[in-house]
Amino acid sequence: MFGGWLQRRGPGKAAYALLLLLSSVAHAAWGLPTDTVVHQTPSTFDPHSGPAHMIHNLSLFVIQITGAIFIVVASLFVYVVIRYRQRDPNDVSEPPQIYGSTQIELAWTVIPILIVLVLFLTTARILFAIEDQKMPPAAVDVNVVGHQFWWEFVYSKQGFTAANELHVPVSSEQVPMITSLNLLSADVDHSFWVPALFGKIDSIPNHVNHMWFDPDKVGMYVGQCAQFCGVEHAKMLLRVYVQTPEDFDAWVKNQQQPGVQDPAVADGRQIFESQSCVSCHVIRGTPAQGKFGPDLTHFASRDTLASGAADNTPANLKLWIQDPDYVKPGSLMPAMQLSDDQIDKVVAYLDTLK
Amino acid sequence: MADSTLPIGSAIDLTPPSEVYGTWLDVVNSWVTTVDHKKIGLMYIGYAAVFLLVGGFEAILLRIQLAVPHNNFLSPEVFNRIFTMHGTTMVFLMGMPLVIGFANYLVPLMIGARDMSFPRMNAFSFWMTALGGLMLYYSFIGGVGLQGAGSAPDVTWWAYAPLTERAFSRGHSTDYWALSLIVSGFGTIGAAVNIIATTLCLRCKGMTLFRMPLLAWLYLVVSGMILVTISPLTAAQIMLCVDRYLGGHFFDSQAGGAPVVWAHFFWIFGHPEVYVLVLPAFAIANEVIPVFSRKAIFGYPAMVSASAGIGVISLSVWAHHMFTVGMTSAQNAFFVLSTGLVGVPTGIKIFNWIATMWGGKIRFATPMLFCSAFLIQFLFAGLTGIMLSTAPWNWQLHNSYFVIAHFHYVLVGAIVFCFFGGFYYWYPKMIGKMLNERLGKWHFWLFVIGFHLCFDLMHIPGLLGMPRSIYTYEPGRGWDTLNFIVSMGGIIQGIATAIFVYNLVYSYFKGEEAGPDPWDAWTLEWATSSPPPEYNFATEPVVMSRRPLWDLKHPEDPDYRYEE
Amino acid sequence: MSSTAIPLAHQEEWKLPYHGTVAMAALIVAETAIFSIFVVAYIYYIGKSISGPQPRQVLELPIFNTVCLLSSSFTIWLAEHALKKSAMGAFRLWWALTVLLGGIFLVGTGLEWKKLIYHDGLTISTNLFGTTFYSLVGLHASHVIIGLTMLSLVLIFSLAGKLKSEHHKQLGVLSLYWHFVDGVWVVVFTVVYIIGR
Repeated sequence: MFGGWLQRRGPGKAAYALLLLLSSVAHAAWGLPTDTVVHQTPSTFDPHSGPAHMIHNLSLFVIQITGAIFIVVASLFVYVVIRYRQRDPNDVSEPPQIYGSTQIELAWTVIPILIVLVLFLTTARILFAIEDQKMPPAAVDVNVVGHQFWWEFVYSKQGFTAANELHVPVSSEQVPMITSLNLLSADVDHSFWVPALFGKIDSIPNHVNHMWFDPDKVGMYVGQCAQFCGVEHAKMLLRVYVQTPEDFDAWVKNQQQPGVQDPAVADGRQIFESQSCVSCHVIRGTPAQGKFGPDLTHFASRDTLASGAADNTPANLKLWIQDPDYVKPGSLMPAMQLSDDQIDKVVAYLDTLK
Repeated sequence: MADSTLPIGSAIDLTPPSEVYGTWLDVVNSWVTTVDHKKIGLMYIGYAAVFLLVGGFEAILLRIQLAVPHNNFLSPEVFNRIFTMHGTTMVFLMGMPLVIGFANYLVPLMIGARDMSFPRMNAFSFWMTALGGLMLYYSFIGGVGLQGAGSAPDVTWWAYAPLTERAFSRGHSTDYWALSLIVSGFGTIGAAVNIIATTLCLRCKGMTLFRMPLLAWLYLVVSGMILVTISPLTAAQIMLCVDRYLGGHFFDSQAGGAPVVWAHFFWIFGHPEVYVLVLPAFAIANEVIPVFSRKAIFGYPAMVSASAGIGVISLSVWAHHMFTVGMTSAQNAFFVLSTGLVGVPTGIKIFNWIATMWGGKIRFATPMLFCSAFLIQFLFAGLTGIMLSTAPWNWQLHNSYFVIAHFHYVLVGAIVFCFFGGFYYWYPKMIGKMLNERLGKWHFWLFVIGFHLCFDLMHIPGLLGMPRSIYTYEPGRGWDTLNFIVSMGGIIQGIATAIFVYNLVYSYFKGEEAGPDPWDAWTLEWATSSPPPEYNFATEPVVMSRRPLWDLKHPEDPDYRYEE
Repeated sequence: MSSTAIPLAHQEEWKLPYHGTVAMAALIVAETAIFSIFVVAYIYYIGKSISGPQPRQVLELPIFNTVCLLSSSFTIWLAEHALKKSAMGAFRLWWALTVLLGGIFLVGTGLEWKKLIYHDGLTISTNLFGTTFYSLVGLHASHVIIGLTMLSLVLIFSLAGKLKSEHHKQLGVLSLYWHFVDGVWVVVFTVVYIIGR
């Protein structure tokens, strides 16, 4: 995309060049060189679950009505502007003065009220259908806890906790599978939004919210926090991986295992457990039981780190541990002041936690 | 227009004002100590104009950062401060002073009064508002606290708890936000009380409430709304200060408090507040459109009822900003209905304006250009508002760029456009010189182009999943090109505004003499010299209809024969 | 220039409301809105305190205080009445009594707070009850203080002989404020001491 711009001629190119100059003034703080760009438009017009479809249909209905109103009223306006403009600038005579008309005014009061009622009834029907839907007992239950600036997913029925990347089973006509989310926050207000799958719902401290969805297509869907929650709100990304029931079961089984204990990286594990990493992170089966940061038991099974701020590669992981502020300025993880060698060992250890 | 033939003649004192200015200090002193509603109005407007530029500059900074993904122009900390200050500035230091400034200047003149009801309280209100603004901007240097987490507030302009609690907002930046708005809030309430007392108690002889110009009516409704709108914000901010300084627990979830309570209180203020900002834009349209269409406003009683109706219904819609916080479906449904209903009187006004233009002889001088653009743009903004009111769809649109596009469409496309129109319309009255028409048209067309480039396109990233309040965004989501063009639109609006500012200054020195009634208008302010003498009218006017000057200019066909 | 040429349809008297009363009414509307928010917060948080003293345990009905404050509405009305009749002596008596009754109310509130803080350990930061109680009652008390200050000023003017019968309109504005303060107390009393306990 950028290349195409540079080839074009015209004033836009100068403006673009100016912007490029301005933006390269400071040294790069993120957009790490090893990062892949995920090409996915999280469009609300591309729904992939029951609630998203219902909302999409509602939106089309509303667009049709408001569009019709706009066309009618705007046409009247354009007509008036053309037909009744003053043609002769020297003409100072006044047109006939009309002060009102009860019939017309009544008409354009009653008709809008009727339109509002139609809109309201349609909206209410869909509102109740989504919000008051009963959850079947077989629903996949996930407790979502928003943190500054990452997402915690507690699969309490299955007995494990994940972070930032939500895995759910796909729903089909033969085997409907609803995923039921209960949302809470550990600190400030957040909002959980994956446009392709459902409308956003806030995660608020001391106030449990509920959302459900039944995704109809296997794939990875992007989303992010949608309620300003502090410095790194913009990088509080999230991903939903919709999997076949078999893949989902396999994933669950893997997540239920305690942390891999590979003797080859015992050095790294030893460093991890002796530093204050353990006061913030959990790795099940080890002394690390801290609850402030994400659960790292299966860290290496995730595609991204820092809640989507960077790809999960050894190079990025090293940068992250060295100086989290470099990858995600303002994130709440402190720089651990480890030596280069120590970090390499820890990275090697974390990379075994599949 | 030969003013000496106006039989309201003795009301106009055509003796040239004695130009005894004295020293520079005398001039400053006369402005600082003034209790004259016209001077205070001009100070409010000048104050708003300065902050329009400041807030606009902040917007340009934001748009440069967002022009490309993963940009490094502003750090996240700075971006968050700038967008918080942009919103807070534009609403409280630009919007409210502009609204109150026009009220101050015009209301006494339009009702044939000598000044506002309480001139000293008027001055006090202005200085409180000014102080509030200075306090807010002092935060840039004075907000320092723990971990260098000071400086300007960075919690968004709606400052949700618990982000604003001591635990999550260290330092004093949030305190500057709360305290400066409490201070300027007192000024705003004072101004509202003054406007109510003025319109109810100082109308000239014969001017019953139903003969008052619609601008005065709208300001009466606006002032009533301010009384019940600003107070909840002040209350909530006091509660926030109790939490932050006295260890209170209003929004402390650890002690059983509910952050959602802040959201309710804030939006109980926040929603009527936007109607407080938009009703004066309607007021300007109500004056400009009839004069430039050469017709009386269509359906004056309906316009009054619709304005009052908007004022009342708008107090019941606030939670449409909160459809995603998890209210029950019944509560959500209520707010869907009330929000839809507030659109009905709003639509009525649009139809009445078009009906006013229908059958007229429309002159497209710059004020009318701006008010015509306002009409279409406000129609569009209202319809995106209806889209946002449908709660399930709102769950997708809330906190996205669609919302930002919608409310800027109203704030800029409706309010700023109308106020630009108001500037071109009343600047001759206030200063005595016409604003340059050629510059005006350049201003208008450039601003229209920039506005639509910026805010039409801005709806799309919202529909494509781009949330708001983010200092950067991921590439590859289909948002890149749109954001870039949006930023270009912002810059073009900046250039257009620069032309406007130049016009203001240029015309002050070189503008054409205006005379008392350059637009051939019909309300009482045009029966004074330009600028009016300090006492406004030499003798108290007496009126018999809604358009006293129409009656004088058309004695064979006066309005009072037709008004019910 | 000829004189104004628009005749009035009939020579009716043009009478508009007194601007002081209108302004005070507007201010009262705004103040009602602020108090309503604090009342709503109070009601919403009833029973939600996680720990600390509960209302039933520590609140006693402030009957005496309430009687004093509400009576002061009656005495101020009597004072206004006296002023209209130019009975300056009676006016000063009733007005001074109003100030005294308001002062007793304030002292009573202060004593109640002293007991709550030192004896029951309830402060604004103890729990939700403490926060909402002191905020609401304190907001009301601050309005009583402002009212008493204004009332005392008037008393001083009156004792200095500056107050005349024709000032009854302005005094009506001030007494409207005082009635409002008393009215708010009726609401606060009901919400805090009856509903909330």
